[in-house]
Amino acid sequence: MDDFASLMAGFQVALSWHNIGFMAVGVVLGIIVGVLPGLGGPNGVAILLPLTFGMDPTSAIILLSSIYWGALFGGAITSILFNIPGEAWSVATTFDGYPMAVQGKAAEALTAAFTASFIGAISGVILITFVAPLVAQFALRFGPAEFFAVFLLTFCSFIGMGRDNRSKILASLCIGFLLAAVGLDSISGDLRMTFGSIELMRGFDFLIVVIGLFGVSEILLTVEEGLVFKGKKAKIDLKVVLRTWAGLPRYWATLLRSCVVGMWMGVTPGGAIAASFMGYGLAKRFSKRGKNFGKGEIEGVLAPETAAHAAGTAALLPMLALGIPGSATAAVLLGGLLVWGLQPGPLLFVEQKDFVWGLIASMYLGNVAGLVIVLATVPLFAAIMRVPFSYVAPVILIICAIGAYTISNSIFDIWLMLLFGVIGYTFKKLDYPLAPLVLALVLGDRAEDAFRQALLGSAGSLNVFWANGLVTTLVVLAMLLLFWGPVSDLIGAASRRGRAEPRPAE
Amino acid sequence: MPVPTEAEPTPRGLSRRPVERGVAAILIGLAFVVLYDSYGRGAGWDNGPQNGFFPARVGWLFLAASLFILVQSFRSPPEGIFVTYQQLGQVVRVLGPLILFVALIQPLGLYLASAIFIVVFMSIVATSRWYAIGLTAVLVPLVCFWVFELQFRVPLPKGPLEAALGY
Repeated sequence: MDDFASLMAGFQVALSWHNIGFMAVGVVLGIIVGVLPGLGGPNGVAILLPLTFGMDPTSAIILLSSIYWGALFGGAITSILFNIPGEAWSVATTFDGYPMAVQGKAAEALTAAFTASFIGAISGVILITFVAPLVAQFALRFGPAEFFAVFLLTFCSFIGMGRDNRSKILASLCIGFLLAAVGLDSISGDLRMTFGSIELMRGFDFLIVVIGLFGVSEILLTVEEGLVFKGKKAKIDLKVVLRTWAGLPRYWATLLRSCVVGMWMGVTPGGAIAASFMGYGLAKRFSKRGKNFGKGEIEGVLAPETAAHAAGTAALLPMLALGIPGSATAAVLLGGLLVWGLQPGPLLFVEQKDFVWGLIASMYLGNVAGLVIVLATVPLFAAIMRVPFSYVAPVILIICAIGAYTISNSIFDIWLMLLFGVIGYTFKKLDYPLAPLVLALVLGDRAEDAFRQALLGSAGSLNVFWANGLVTTLVVLAMLLLFWGPVSDLIGAASRRGRAEPRPAE
Repeated sequence: MPVPTEAEPTPRGLSRRPVERGVAAILIGLAFVVLYDSYGRGAGWDNGPQNGFFPARVGWLFLAASLFILVQSFRSPPEGIFVTYQQLGQVVRVLGPLILFVALIQPLGLYLASAIFIVVFMSIVATSRWYAIGLTAVLVPLVCFWVFELQFRVPLPKGPLEAALGY
């Protein structure tokens, strides 16, 4: 058990006092970020990233990944108490969480949600611990063609498995790729698509795009509905926690099912959002009390939360092992790795053992710390939501502007952030998904490099993408995922038409 | 917050279809810009893929996707509202001061600009008393200064006021 020894060494790294401190700070910041509208996981991490440039990479990633855990926990608070999903993946949590709060069972709902998150996250971490090293080892054999095939797989599965309009997903991906291409081309050294502008020479930094798309646009969407939030009160005491925990083993089947769904959806970049809905849907179908779902059933809180967090955590697996993030926040973390001078991908497991295992160990500890902190401090964070939005909104926007500025000390970047805020607002209203855009923006250059190197190696022949068994399998898998969605839609439409016909036998 | 909508008269607003088409048209325009730029620099093969090779291919996909979105918008049902005028008003009340804020950062520095931003925004929203507005407008920039300038030592844009105070 070589990996086990590495993990123990990782725990030693993560358990140093200052790293535990970062973990606690990260979790608290993350919960705040998750609770406040306009500061979700991706742009919370994006704003803080420039402040960590000078830090030791291990401590920095522990801080930032703890923000991620905190944001995952925080999303549940607003869903249950205020019926406002702080994050897209907590939408399914509101279905039963808010009705429970209305019935005065807010504390039970919150305890169930946090515990379910914890169980989901831990199952995701266990998956990473055991599977990521294997994937990384396997991926060491990859050449440029194989890597491009993996990128292709990622993007195809986004299109095929996505819940949004497929042409909009594709458009969103293309925008990401094209934004990534603006500026200096790393291979030829030429400027691309700058149209003579000096400001565009640097290209579009994905952090600015993230802060605009997720931060500013979210504020604009939030104020549409007015500036006051009305929420339910909640106080969690130990008795409620223990009572809720005692009831949990009854739902082991739901928890297990959601864990599996979440882990699968997280690794294949379908994402936490799809996972939470799938977890909820499956629980509703299989539960004995399925009819009560939507009226405040505790199982309806457990199922989506477990799945969302298993997915959110498992999304870090492909990021670590292949350098391909499974979610928007993972994409931002990956950008962070590049900034700290670490090349994400299979070699990370060989060259930066301390870093990788320190991070994995911190995932266990960060989630334990997160559960304790969030249970202890719910009233405090619920109080944050009660601060009038006319105070909160300008502060969030100022922080966004500071975050955009500090990335490269440029005021032009703040204007860009504003522009992307308006774009994000429009796109969200028109159901263009934003996660594919961010993912393509982060991966764009590397996908292009892999594509060009593969073609260079084969002197321009596309045959390189089915030259050997490995790359062929990946490409075929990508095509299967791409057409899975459209084909199953067609089948569904056909069978609905069949059912709609009159059936006299019934 | 899902407010129960019982037989309210449908609120007036910008309808969704023209916005959908407008965005699709902009995307199509962008796709042409990309294709023009990429083929202008060379999107072919010159001892290897030229630097416009990849963007041009993405550009074609992008064009196809945006055309398809445009076609779809003609087949979608015509009703549906992009944003009601009331909502749009709320958004403008945030966006206006925000644009002012960003415009003021260059001449006045970030701290003074954010104080002005808070005053303007909170007065427009008009839910707080004047002393609360004043206190927020003074405290938030000061806290920001303490955190970023003194603790993290991240220099933020400063203007004449900070210069007069010796920073």
